[in-house]
Amino acid sequence: MSMDSAQTEEAVERPPIDFRRPVAADMVEHPPGCPFDPAPGMVARRGQGAVQPFQLLTGMTAYLVTGFAESRSVLADPRFSADKFRNREATSFRPEEVAAMGAAAERGGCPVVSPADAAPRGDGYFIFMDPPEHTRLRRLLTGHFTVRRMQKLESRLREIAAEQIEAMRAAGTEAELIRDYALPIPSLMISELLGVDPDDRDHFQEFTSVGTNVEATEEERMAASAVQQRFMRKLVADKRADPGEDIISDLVRATDAGLTDAQLVDIAIVLLGAGHETTANLLGLGALALMTHPDQLAALRADRELFDNCVEELLRFMSIAQLGVTRIATEDVTLGGVEIPAGATAIVAMPEANRDPQHFTDPDRFDVTRPRPSHLGFGHGVHQCLGQQLARMELSIGLEELFTRLPGLRLTVPLEEIQIKTEMLIFGVQSLPVTWA
Amino acid sequence: MRIGVDGDACIGAGQCVLAAPDLFDQDEDDGLVRLLEPAPTGAQESGARAAAAACPASVITLRD
Repeated sequence: MSMDSAQTEEAVERPPIDFRRPVAADMVEHPPGCPFDPAPGMVARRGQGAVQPFQLLTGMTAYLVTGFAESRSVLADPRFSADKFRNREATSFRPEEVAAMGAAAERGGCPVVSPADAAPRGDGYFIFMDPPEHTRLRRLLTGHFTVRRMQKLESRLREIAAEQIEAMRAAGTEAELIRDYALPIPSLMISELLGVDPDDRDHFQEFTSVGTNVEATEEERMAASAVQQRFMRKLVADKRADPGEDIISDLVRATDAGLTDAQLVDIAIVLLGAGHETTANLLGLGALALMTHPDQLAALRADRELFDNCVEELLRFMSIAQLGVTRIATEDVTLGGVEIPAGATAIVAMPEANRDPQHFTDPDRFDVTRPRPSHLGFGHGVHQCLGQQLARMELSIGLEELFTRLPGLRLTVPLEEIQIKTEMLIFGVQSLPVTWA
Repeated sequence: MRIGVDGDACIGAGQCVLAAPDLFDQDEDDGLVRLLEPAPTGAQESGARAAAAACPASVITLRD
């Protein structure tokens, strides 16, 4: 305990660094009223190259990849590792470690990057694995998220969307769209796919929403994470005892895979974490974009077939994974004319790569009729989003049902008052007060 | 045009099925690529090109 408080006091004396975002504030913070444009610090770096040395607040140097082609290269190149447990990434170093390394380097010894900490990794966190470990686990799941399988969820998704809208209507003429619509849709859908008992779904939604709330304290987040662990452990135990028709039961039945309970819990947590807040945030931002771009909404109303295309444009136009997609070079790599040394971290500047003028015409314009834009919204390479077809369905149906059933939908506050989340990993709006009366 | 696919390297993202559903499908069990038509003609060729360009694991090869 005393050590903890000593560390806390020390942290207060130093310039405070939030380890969820060890980058200059203007790289992630959006000025009020400007949720759609990349953060000003990123825009200010335009013209400085597709790969740029990038100083973190801790003193470490990383490499910011802003070009579309270069970002695809990093994500597809096996020389860049996603294994943040075996290879430590620049964002995880603390200032005192960086200082010690600098001093050691001056004495002419130590390598630039220390070996990875023996941080324990859950054995099922395949998003932080490289092939072939990653391949084995991902392949147990790919069959559950195919295009055709996800298309079969259409009627259920429309039902869920309609139920949420009916509940909003029953409660009055105003709602908070993130809490009442954008979060429940992916949460309900993934809970059904994982095989959560319908009686447990309210509880499931409750603890999954705490982790997404920027106003929650670190203690509240930790507590919610512990509740989530317990919930998933029980879910896995229940499916072992009495398997049904769901992803966890299928993994239990895949006996040749021989997954441990700990792996199954990890997988359930990855699926929930990857498929919940990300989709909810883009659903919220998409609704916001359409409410504030009436010409684009009119185009969708005139041709409802365009909703699918609108989703691709939203995935390009608003990069949910702001600066959260990173890789570690396992050997020296020259990219975009810049040498990235072994051990260094490459940070994909998703909002900029998705607006690379070399790849997109008029990239800062939101245009739902843009011919099916290729984008990095789901990443690229072997880690490209496993649940992307589910996300596409949720977003397209979620937006279509919302604007069809509530044609008068609009904000009840000025755009400037919408609170924007500013973490490094994930972008979105905290709340979205609306009315349809 | 001839399409080749490297099923071993496929990651089951489904981009090819979205781009050209008449040429590609995914296996029901493992979600990996199934080539429906190895020799696309006419308008199908642009779908094949779109699928090859979108594939995140670069497993689709085209030969004229």
